[in-house]
Amino acid sequence: MTEYALILIGTVLVNNFVLVKFLGICPFLGVSKKLETAFGMGLATTFVITLSSVCAWLVNEYILAPLDIVYLSTIAFILVIASVVQFTETVMHKTSPVLYQLLGIFLPLITTNCAVLGVALLNLQEQRGLMESMVYGFGAGAGFSLVLILFAGVRERVTVSDVPEPFQGSAIALITAGLMSLAFMGFAGLVTQ
Amino acid sequence: MLIAILAIAALAVVMGVLLGYSALRFRVEGDPVADQIEAVLPQTQCAQCGYPGCRPYAEAVAKDDEAINKCVPGGEAVMLALADLLGRDPGEAGGIVEKPKCVAVIDDNECIGCTLCLQACPVDAIMGAAKQLHGIIASECTGCELCLKPCPVECIHMRPIETTVRTWKWPFPASQPARPTETLPQAKAA
Repeated sequence: MTEYALILIGTVLVNNFVLVKFLGICPFLGVSKKLETAFGMGLATTFVITLSSVCAWLVNEYILAPLDIVYLSTIAFILVIASVVQFTETVMHKTSPVLYQLLGIFLPLITTNCAVLGVALLNLQEQRGLMESMVYGFGAGAGFSLVLILFAGVRERVTVSDVPEPFQGSAIALITAGLMSLAFMGFAGLVTQ
Repeated sequence: MLIAILAIAALAVVMGVLLGYSALRFRVEGDPVADQIEAVLPQTQCAQCGYPGCRPYAEAVAKDDEAINKCVPGGEAVMLALADLLGRDPGEAGGIVEKPKCVAVIDDNECIGCTLCLQACPVDAIMGAAKQLHGIIASECTGCELCLKPCPVECIHMRPIETTVRTWKWPFPASQPARPTETLPQAKAA
């Protein structure tokens, strides 16, 4: 149990996928303009990462490894991730149509979110078990959501504050992201693994 | 080599079947966003937005990104509710032009009893029969101005309603969302 807690803290805070490993920057900047959208995107991405890391583990364990074609893991994982994202999109269109419309193009673009493929490949590389993969995937998603929501909150404030003209728009967003990344470096000594 | 191709192909087919099933299972009928927008609109069917009714306007807002400030009877409250629902910026279309609430009146001396305005009224607020003087039920009239055009003798005029203790009503819809004045970005235009 402690082990899972450590994985969770490690992925959410210490080795945060967005701010420390710099994976999944595109939706981090693209969907962080509004707090509600960021929340929805965080939930969707967490769901996709958790489900796809489990699916990827199953595919690797029962199809790739027995047939000795682990070298095809990237292409197989991309197939799995694309299907999971499409499934999430279908379900979200049914359950929460307004969010579906708000997320727009960024929902199918979860497919190309490198954090999703990164989790699956890192799980394979580190030879984690099923439960560990799932917790690691969930931690990565939770870390992504946490950072996305925090960043959206900051950005909502930045929009109404008095920003010098050359820094307005994306420039100040990137500077803010850099400062947040520096702040997250402070967690570096929390868990050593 | 052959095994690898077959394995990946089989995986793709399985995923395809699963997705096909989920697409059938979670099929979306109609346009749920338009339904939610329509629920916010006041349903006067007055067509002042330029669409034949509330439903067509709701569909246009949902699909074609039509401006959210066109509902005249709903006024600012509906615009803010729509902005909240759709995550749009309430200031994007330049706010709403609030017209004073009006009611139609028929000039008794000029009305020829042609019944053309009866057919135009979306809320059946005009009473009358052929060759008889028509009358307007002021409490039903939404002030949509749709009866002005069909009248061949131009005997219908709009009269603004003065707000008195008798005519004052709670703003519609009753639950007015908080005004996000401090989040409007144009306030600090350099």
